[in-house]
Amino acid sequence: MANGARNPYYARNLWSGFLFGLGLVAFFDEAVFHQLLNWHHFYDKSTTQMGLVSDGFFHAFSWFATVGGLFMYADLRRRQTLWKTRWWGGVLLGMGVFQLYDGTVQHKLMQLHQIRYNVNILPYDLVWNITAVLMVLAGSIILLKTRRKAGTGGVTNPLSNE
Amino acid sequence: MGAAFLSNRRHRRWPLYRSVLWGIGTSIALLSVAGPLAERAHVDFTVHMLGHLFLGMLAPLLMVLAAPMTLLLRTLPVTAARRLTKLLRSKPVRVLSDPITATILNIGGLWLLYATDLYMLMHHSLLLHVFVHIHVFLAGYLFTISMVYIDPTPHRHSYLYRGIVLVIALAGHGILSKYIYANPPAGVAADQAQAGGKLMYYGGDMIDIVIIFLLCLHWYQDSRPRKRAGQVTWQNS
Repeated sequence: MANGARNPYYARNLWSGFLFGLGLVAFFDEAVFHQLLNWHHFYDKSTTQMGLVSDGFFHAFSWFATVGGLFMYADLRRRQTLWKTRWWGGVLLGMGVFQLYDGTVQHKLMQLHQIRYNVNILPYDLVWNITAVLMVLAGSIILLKTRRKAGTGGVTNPLSNE
Repeated sequence: MGAAFLSNRRHRRWPLYRSVLWGIGTSIALLSVAGPLAERAHVDFTVHMLGHLFLGMLAPLLMVLAAPMTLLLRTLPVTAARRLTKLLRSKPVRVLSDPITATILNIGGLWLLYATDLYMLMHHSLLLHVFVHIHVFLAGYLFTISMVYIDPTPHRHSYLYRGIVLVIALAGHGILSKYIYANPPAGVAADQAQAGGKLMYYGGDMIDIVIIFLLCLHWYQDSRPRKRAGQVTWQNS
């Protein structure tokens, strides 16, 4: 019953996954690239004002999204409306979207900080952003495959009691 | 503590953990304004920042979790409690306890303190020093009760509204931390401002995640599915 397009919490499955994915990749970025590897810098002298504001909001939002996304997941499970495939589609999309934004707008346009310092940055940027695009694509494909079918075939009578 | 003792004679026992939270909360608040930590804070900006996290965030959070208003209301004589409830329901309290007002007072106050000359002026005037510290504590407490409802809260706001304002407030706190890192307040050495800014950023995150968790937990508890009459009949048939 949870795997159908008639799932009453169809949208919440996507949002829960999306928020959690966004939070997960932001947490990974903070834990691995800032703290463990020390590649990212806390602050870079070339950061624009916009970059600082954007970073502040994304950092705060991702913190909230991780916790909120997980509580939504718990809520879906409790209602027995969890649709794991669609949820994972949301996770991949959320991860990809944030990483792509981070890798293009924040790192490059707003000069927040670079992935690593004192190295040829090009391969790092390529791996970073290509991974992001792949995650967006994979997430989108899963979401398209689990979407509600309109028109032919999948349409059901909303009044039927099946 | 005295109130808990008095109240226990007439009511269900006041939970011990709330008294413990209150004790730890008030101790942390006192520790940050008096004693060796406060002494060090005058010369070391990182210690000052630790004091700020204690006084403006951790102590208010622990004290809010102790539900002091609930205890006060059940300890006071009925007429006095009624008068207090009336006050809590009044319009000024509604405006003051709105998450946006609380955020402006809390985060706006911090910007005023660290991004202007106020920080330096504070160290030259005892009156200003006392005023700023009282403000930091009260604004932190107000902010916490505007986000998580532990005590009776007559003016309530939706989870979405509180969530959005909370994210804006956290962003304001994080941006200020990095601003301090890059632009030390007057009279603070660059390396101290950097360490202090980092402590403010990550320390703030640690306490904020508790507020986020509580807000989401309350949403989870509030939105638990209730069985409708129709469903019950369907299951029985």
